[in-house]
Amino acid sequence: MTLHVSAARERCIGAGLCVLTAPEVFEHDDEEGLVSVLDPHPPAEDHDDVRLAGELCPANALQLTWTT
Amino acid sequence: MSSDLAEAPSFPERRTCPYHPPESYKEISSRGPLNQVTLWNGRRVWLVTGYAEGRKLLSDPRLSADRQQEQYPTMAPHLQAQAARKLVLVGEDPPLHDKHRRLLNPEFSLKRARAMQEGIQALVDELIDNILAIGPGADLVTEYALPIPSRVMSQLVGVPYEDHDFFQSATAGVMQARDAAQSQQAGTELARYLAKLVDLNLERPGDGVIGRLVEHVHNGEVTRDELAQLAMVLMIAGLETTSSMIPLGVITLLDHPDQLEALTSGAVPVPTAVEELLRFLAVTDFAAVRWVTDDIEIAGHTIRAKDGIVVSSTMVNRDPDVHQDPHTFDIARGNRQHLTFGYGIHQCLGQNLARLQLQIAYETLFRRIPGLRLGISGDEIRMRTTGTMQGVERLPVVW
Repeated sequence: MTLHVSAARERCIGAGLCVLTAPEVFEHDDEEGLVSVLDPHPPAEDHDDVRLAGELCPANALQLTWTT
Repeated sequence: MSSDLAEAPSFPERRTCPYHPPESYKEISSRGPLNQVTLWNGRRVWLVTGYAEGRKLLSDPRLSADRQQEQYPTMAPHLQAQAARKLVLVGEDPPLHDKHRRLLNPEFSLKRARAMQEGIQALVDELIDNILAIGPGADLVTEYALPIPSRVMSQLVGVPYEDHDFFQSATAGVMQARDAAQSQQAGTELARYLAKLVDLNLERPGDGVIGRLVEHVHNGEVTRDELAQLAMVLMIAGLETTSSMIPLGVITLLDHPDQLEALTSGAVPVPTAVEELLRFLAVTDFAAVRWVTDDIEIAGHTIRAKDGIVVSSTMVNRDPDVHQDPHTFDIARGNRQHLTFGYGIHQCLGQNLARLQLQIAYETLFRRIPGLRLGISGDEIRMRTTGTMQGVERLPVVW
């Protein structure tokens, strides 16, 4: 299973839960303080963190898609 | 109890224990995730106590946070004051809300908060130095819990240090007033002060959020008044929350020596423990107050247009479907599935800074004053009877 991660910056409110939960995959940029995806195809060991980040995001700004 | 109140019990009720919800809340929750409750003015609103339902509702665009509308539930008499109703950002809906939030987001990113770590640590150490020099014996509310967020927020926003006492009392005046007139007066003073501060920054931008945002006034994106109101909301939201949370956490940890030991020994990382304190204490009984613009079907109920909704962070954080033994304080739990910072587009802008201040406040206090204990017996602790935050009036400690 490959995980594809993307973030809708127009929805992001900069709460930071994704950066806190999956720091290998998400970051806040300096200019707008909004999410940027560091690794759109994170390795399997990060999948649980990414899933939790997606769940915690208050603005539903993260899209996670699994492909086989 | 009259049949009306049996059907829709009164809300909110004061906590008698600093960290456990009143029994009546548990009874309401046991009936289901959504129930009708009666506010101080007789109005019936929906109280949400289910985590899933709370999240679902707070991300629904049919919920409005517009406090200027009469449909908005007023949670206490003093909050009828115009100063409490006309709050930018927290009391706005999109698109205006989003415009204001976007201006402030860069100031409150996780990276920005982390860059403040050293400064906050130095300030907290200085407070402990003073406490140790004067003690043994201190009131942790006035000597520790209030000055931490007051100085951090003053510095961040760009309020001169010598004015932070005024700020502390003025923001408390708006949020903890006994009535609407008192709240309005404090709000007017605060607004006047901030308008002047914005003017000073327009001439010579200072080193703070106000100074960094004046360019948006110069280029016409926001008005001088809007910027002053944004600064006011930051100060109100940043002071009372953190300063109420610090003493509640200290009481809870002292009351659970095994948990405190796990924290001080390093067995549980400080951020993990703080997350549980946030879940367990919730600080406020209502993380979100809204009204609905259109009928919503949820959990077998129909919420009608113009109905009010209150999401109880206290009870949502103790939803047994999310947390095992939800009424047990377990600092190793480390679960961020709580709504202490709210949910949806209004989720707390300052949560990263709040987490950081709490982590430093607890870690430093118990490390530097290892024998710390309450200076009064547990049943002498007085919960504050004003305001919408759970808090204590004083917290005498000895060592």
